[in-house]
Amino acid sequence: MILSVPAMLLLVALVIGPAILVLFLSFTNASLGLAGIRFIGLANYTRMLTDPGFAQSLRNTALYVAVVVPTSIGWGLLVALLIARSRFAVLYRTAYFLPVAATLVALATAWEAILHPSLGFANTLLQLLGASPVRFLSDPATAIYALAAIGVWQLVGFNMILFLAGLSTIPEELYEAAAIDGADRGLKRFLLVTWPMLAPVTVFVTVMTIIRAFSVFETVAVLTQGGPMKSTSVVLYTFYQEGFRFFRVGYASAISVSFFVFVTFLSLVQMRVSERRARWKASGGQP
Amino acid sequence: MILAQSSSSRIASDAVLMTGAIVMVFPFVWMILASLTPQSEIFNGDLLPTPTLHGAIDNYGTALSAIPLLRFMANGIVVCVAILVLQIAIAIPCGYALAKLSFPGRPILLVAVLLGLLVPVQIPTIPIYIALAKSGLLDSYAALVLPWIVSVFAIFLFRQFFVTFPDEVLDAARLDGFSELSIAWRIMLPAAWPAVASFSIFSIVAHWNDLYWPMVVITNPDMMTPSLGIAYFRQAGEGTGNVGALMAGGVLVTAPLVALFLLMQKHFIRGLVLGRH
Repeated sequence: MILSVPAMLLLVALVIGPAILVLFLSFTNASLGLAGIRFIGLANYTRMLTDPGFAQSLRNTALYVAVVVPTSIGWGLLVALLIARSRFAVLYRTAYFLPVAATLVALATAWEAILHPSLGFANTLLQLLGASPVRFLSDPATAIYALAAIGVWQLVGFNMILFLAGLSTIPEELYEAAAIDGADRGLKRFLLVTWPMLAPVTVFVTVMTIIRAFSVFETVAVLTQGGPMKSTSVVLYTFYQEGFRFFRVGYASAISVSFFVFVTFLSLVQMRVSERRARWKASGGQP
Repeated sequence: MILAQSSSSRIASDAVLMTGAIVMVFPFVWMILASLTPQSEIFNGDLLPTPTLHGAIDNYGTALSAIPLLRFMANGIVVCVAILVLQIAIAIPCGYALAKLSFPGRPILLVAVLLGLLVPVQIPTIPIYIALAKSGLLDSYAALVLPWIVSVFAIFLFRQFFVTFPDEVLDAARLDGFSELSIAWRIMLPAAWPAVASFSIFSIVAHWNDLYWPMVVITNPDMMTPSLGIAYFRQAGEGTGNVGALMAGGVLVTAPLVALFLLMQKHFIRGLVLGRH
């Protein structure tokens, strides 16, 4: 018992206590000093729903998620499928995982230079190909997509690894059985065996990627600070600004509580799906 | 195993993989090239920067002198090591107790750990920040380290690892006069080595790369960790920015992690994958 006391106390002091406190603060008008703190009911939440700035950051985040999630999952799956039989599997796996291992802030500054509005590699290449230059990160119309591209670049390798792990658990006999049924290669075989067998991994990868894309912070904080013209202000960055720059503690708490509810909801969906799947398997595939 | 069969489809699949791999590696290559190129020639309209010896000396010289990069990296090492050692010192006994000992409150603790796994890291940061500010601890190692010393993920991971450990060994150790604490340290910790290695990599990578928390609690450049230091100097030099030196800094900050990844790929991947479950 005594062995778990330090962990127990710290867990209360550093995770559970503060989390409960945040819930409490979200119903108050607290600011950094905490002096004159007052209950204001749901006012922070109604403000969140009516604040055009927050609505904009939700829209930006949704746009980012809408690009990053399908692209990084589709690309990760494609790479995993192709890698599995490649002679250079180890080499490819290393290359695709490299962005996951690297320091994102450092590589984000490299991306920024590559995407430099006039003289970067990307625009030099575009001009060589006869296209007109794009102001990637400094144009409000393209900035969020440029950040999404960096997000995809960073996530593909991670999703690839999860799909590779999933592929390695598919029993060879299933492919043999499918071959007897005439689905011996290509798309047919993929649709009949691989895709259904990968379903639990796909659900897991999807939920993880949504959560991670929804939590985008570093590239925004370093490269655009939410600009130009608020076109890249995203939920976590808004939370950071409200909480730690403007010290609107109550309002920031309401944002983080909503974020927590959203993430928990997604995790529960994922658990439900994999549980149902496990039950289905345990009952020998009978629904 | 799925698509490639004939040699033509094999070539097609290699072409797809290779194109993607080039995109993945390109920013690294560009960063290295730019870090070796004189500042005035990085954006000269050529497709790629052309390295020169004096460019290299200039950029790395600036990164190590004008930008206190060694200081950032030393801070990073202090913070990562302190966090990791404390996380393990706290999680190993707790994981052992949860797996093998029965005591009042154990079910509640287990539920608390599982709930803790659901809480995103940003959630508790506002009250912790206020507490640190009120006790005058902002801009200190304590501020960077303290919030992370209890890792629910580590507790959970070690507990899962210990559950299957044979009870007979533990009983024999108790007969030999081992205390529960020395069982945790001298028997369980070595037995959990693979889990400890994977967790260590996850923890080091997470805190070396973290930008969010250092940004919240650190404003003094002397206390900055690698990610925050790079971000800070990128911003400080905007407009007239010395991209070459910044890239040299990026190479130096990224190199330890990439080296770790290349040397122990299996543990590295396992650590990151486990950590995000």
